[in-house]
Amino acid sequence: MTKGADKESGGIDWSQYQTGGFFDEMITEKGGARKASQRVIKYLGKLSREELESRRVAAESTVRDMGVSFTVYSDGENIDRTWPFDLIPRVISAKEWEQTANGLKQRVRALNLFINDVYHEQKIFKDGVVPEYLIKDSKNFRPECVGINPPKGVWAHICGCDLVRAGDGKFYVLEDNLRVPSGVAYMLENREISKRVLPELFETNNILPVDDYPTKLFNMLASVSPRKVRQPEIVILTPGIYNSAYFEHAYLAQQLGVELVEGSDLFVDKDDCVYMKTISGLERVDVVYRRIDDLFLDPEAFHPDSILGVPGIMRAWQAGNVTLVNAPGAGVADDKVVYAYVPKMIEYYLGEKAILPNVETYLCDDPEQLKYVVENIEKLVVKPANESGGYGMMVGPHATKKEHEEFRRLVQENPRNYIAQPTLALSTAPVVTGPGEAEPRHLDLRPFVLQGTDLSVTTGGLTRVALKKGSLVVNSSQGGGSKDTWIIAEGGAK
Amino acid sequence: MMLSRVAERVYWFARYLERVESMARLIQVYTGLLFDLPRDTGISWHNLVIASGSHGEYNRRFTVQDEKRVVKFLLEDLSNPSSLASSLRMVRENIRTTRDMVPQESWELVNEFQIYVSENIAQGLNRRFRHEFLEEIIKTCQQINGLIADTMRRDAAWHFLNMGRSLERADMTIRILEAGASMSSDLIDNDTNHVLDAVWGSVLSTLNATMPYRRTMKVAINGDDSARFLLQDTLFPRSVACGLLRMQDSAKQLPSSENVVKCLDKFLKTVNDAKDYSDVKVGFPAYLTELEKNSIVIHRAIQETWFQPT
Repeated sequence: MTKGADKESGGIDWSQYQTGGFFDEMITEKGGARKASQRVIKYLGKLSREELESRRVAAESTVRDMGVSFTVYSDGENIDRTWPFDLIPRVISAKEWEQTANGLKQRVRALNLFINDVYHEQKIFKDGVVPEYLIKDSKNFRPECVGINPPKGVWAHICGCDLVRAGDGKFYVLEDNLRVPSGVAYMLENREISKRVLPELFETNNILPVDDYPTKLFNMLASVSPRKVRQPEIVILTPGIYNSAYFEHAYLAQQLGVELVEGSDLFVDKDDCVYMKTISGLERVDVVYRRIDDLFLDPEAFHPDSILGVPGIMRAWQAGNVTLVNAPGAGVADDKVVYAYVPKMIEYYLGEKAILPNVETYLCDDPEQLKYVVENIEKLVVKPANESGGYGMMVGPHATKKEHEEFRRLVQENPRNYIAQPTLALSTAPVVTGPGEAEPRHLDLRPFVLQGTDLSVTTGGLTRVALKKGSLVVNSSQGGGSKDTWIIAEGGAK
Repeated sequence: MMLSRVAERVYWFARYLERVESMARLIQVYTGLLFDLPRDTGISWHNLVIASGSHGEYNRRFTVQDEKRVVKFLLEDLSNPSSLASSLRMVRENIRTTRDMVPQESWELVNEFQIYVSENIAQGLNRRFRHEFLEEIIKTCQQINGLIADTMRRDAAWHFLNMGRSLERADMTIRILEAGASMSSDLIDNDTNHVLDAVWGSVLSTLNATMPYRRTMKVAINGDDSARFLLQDTLFPRSVACGLLRMQDSAKQLPSSENVVKCLDKFLKTVNDAKDYSDVKVGFPAYLTELEKNSIVIHRAIQETWFQPT
């Protein structure tokens, strides 16, 4: 303990950091920094304990002051929670990212071709590549969408693909979110926070910017306007302030300079056009970036008692007078059973090999795979085909015997509704756990892919991290937090 | 282009922010005044409840009228819709849903503001720290208003904000005058006329009007001239006439404002035609009630013209 005094005041002591057999994003098994992370790791090691602590506190108060929050429903009341932010950025090298981004674009292109095919000729079923019953039984298949031609043939304009890195250090696609994926505002705000609290690192590293996302989103939305006007009227439709992602809806409206509307602000007239109610009367709307689920979108077409939606908006969309982003029915490809077929879709529609691999997936409606799942349930992660937010899933190694039994019963009762995947050795990254202390925590990554006239991918994406030691659940609603994601160009220094 | 719903929320954001500041001023000045007045004046903490316009609610719930009860009720009681904490909550709710219309930093300021108030509200209840606490609240309101004044484009949102703020100010001034009249009447009943000037002095200082009054009216502080200044002066921001003129300027910049402008004209005429405010027992309070009705008419006209979609 001769160096004790030094250690007391020193910053993070990386020699104490134990990767515990998992792939760590920033530190190798031998304890050294990975190439792209070198400057960040060195800097954090040099920062004094007090300095590190004061940056952590500054980050916390920045989050609070910026009002970065999400809403949880608890004890009959809606509570705004700030989303825990971890100071240490998650670093990915630009070279690796470029390849990943290409894989994501390829995937979303194929998914859009698939959705368009599903609502038109259904060639992929006829050619026997994907079994037709998947779609017939899907609760996200919308007969109302058959034969509709949205602008540019795009159905899923905004896709959030969840990536995980497994023990072999490779990225895998865990799921595709094609309905109303959220989280991009946190990605943008996280960057604002880290610029404020770690400014020195921006001077010494070549960190690629993320803030072009709002512009790209705006251009994408404008590119799918049904009316060819110079300034199409674009709105963001929110279910309102009590939605857990309301913060993001408002944030994006502000960044895009478009109106944030609620269902009651819009109105469909006898001409099947959508109008919004303004202080100077009614105004025609061209593009609705809707953050409301399909079934609440239009009480005339779906849930008649929905007060969130706009009566008649499906009619207007079917008539081609308004573009809905994402299009209704796009969720048909956002199904964990359909997911298993995406690599085949890529080959079928694009004639290419999938750049990004899927996580191995067992489909419970195949008797042999079901048998495997039932026999090995304690090793597997079992997920319902159509839930999001981590609800209704079971992580075998972390579940009780009773839960194993419960899920054995569930998968056998309704095999079409469940898939299982091996419990992945999710990668980790260092998280500040106390003054001068960092420990590895598991994380994932949600990049966002935009498709209009062009395809683009966010630079990195939203890194979500499970703050509980050993936990694999990263969802904000279940004890997760987030980190800024830095894509650092090789060569490092500016 | 502006959504009706957004216009309405911006308008209420400004009204509630003004209410927060008014309440802080009111408690600030009143705390000072009550220490100055002799004990036998008959003026109590309950007059503060009257000035805030929430005596109906208070009397329904409480019989005790001491300082602690009253200040608690007006500062932190979330079940009292006109408490400072309630108003601040509404400021946040309204800006939360319209943050794309106001300067970005105002959202951060409002957030910090609510955190500060909820963490320090105990200081407002404690007489020793009250002054500092209320001073901080007033300063923060001024900071937010200053930010808006300096950085916000004079678009429709700004005009709704301006109308909300001006109408709330006019309302507040009328209520403070009401409190002045009620205190004057209590003093006359208790035969303590010698402190009447102190009461009107506090009315003026609640509205930051003492120096502007002296320079404009050029007479010693008295009830009649205080009322005239606070109602009819066209240049002092917290006088009723000035607020109405500002509203008119904004209304004229907005689409289909004819009816609102007409109602404002009528209100202004009622303000300008008055000559005598000396009957603090009957005539003056009745006149102030008339002005309050006018203010409600203006609010309804704004609502019908811009907030209720057709």
